[in-house]
Amino acid sequence: MADALTVAAVIVLAIAAVGLVRVLRGPSRIDRMMAVQLLGSGSVAVLVLLAVGSGTDALVDIALTLALLAAFASIALATTLAQKATAAAKAEHAPGTPAS
Amino acid sequence: MTALVALFSTAAIGAGIIFFLAGTVGLIRFPDGLTRLHALTKADNLGLGLIVIGLLPLSSSVGMALKLVVIWALVQFAGATVAQLIARVARSTERGE
Repeated sequence: MADALTVAAVIVLAIAAVGLVRVLRGPSRIDRMMAVQLLGSGSVAVLVLLAVGSGTDALVDIALTLALLAAFASIALATTLAQKATAAAKAEHAPGTPAS
Repeated sequence: MTALVALFSTAAIGAGIIFFLAGTVGLIRFPDGLTRLHALTKADNLGLGLIVIGLLPLSSSVGMALKLVVIWALVQFAGATVAQLIARVARSTERGE
């Protein structure tokens, strides 16, 4: 059963790697951010599979921190993009008068 | 008994992998940013959920099984919030362009 889990982990890793194509081809920054989100949850799945497959419980803790950090990375980029969008909208909106 | 557990976990993990594949194919094939976001967030969380369910009977201790469920819940919440943020940014930049 253990090696079946490792095979499953390799398959999920390959799937997450295929998702990287979107990072290369992604027209906008949002697609790249989604690919990072895919990588985050994909590698959490791989770590969890390996943890149970090889019996080392430490990998589960690593998966927990990875899930947390992947969320922070996407949230950080999303907020900076949102601020940049509002700043651009404000500049477009006749910089002299205050935005309504 | 263990054969049943092995059968159940392979079936659940296989289904989880299929949903992961669906999420990734959706991420690559879908035309628009928001549809990709939709495919990615739902399929991946479900894939991870099925993998965790498949792993629960195999995990070495109850504490580890509980930790697996906590990880899945965290990924669910993180995925939901990030999807909302990305959608808001996608909508605002689309209107901006």
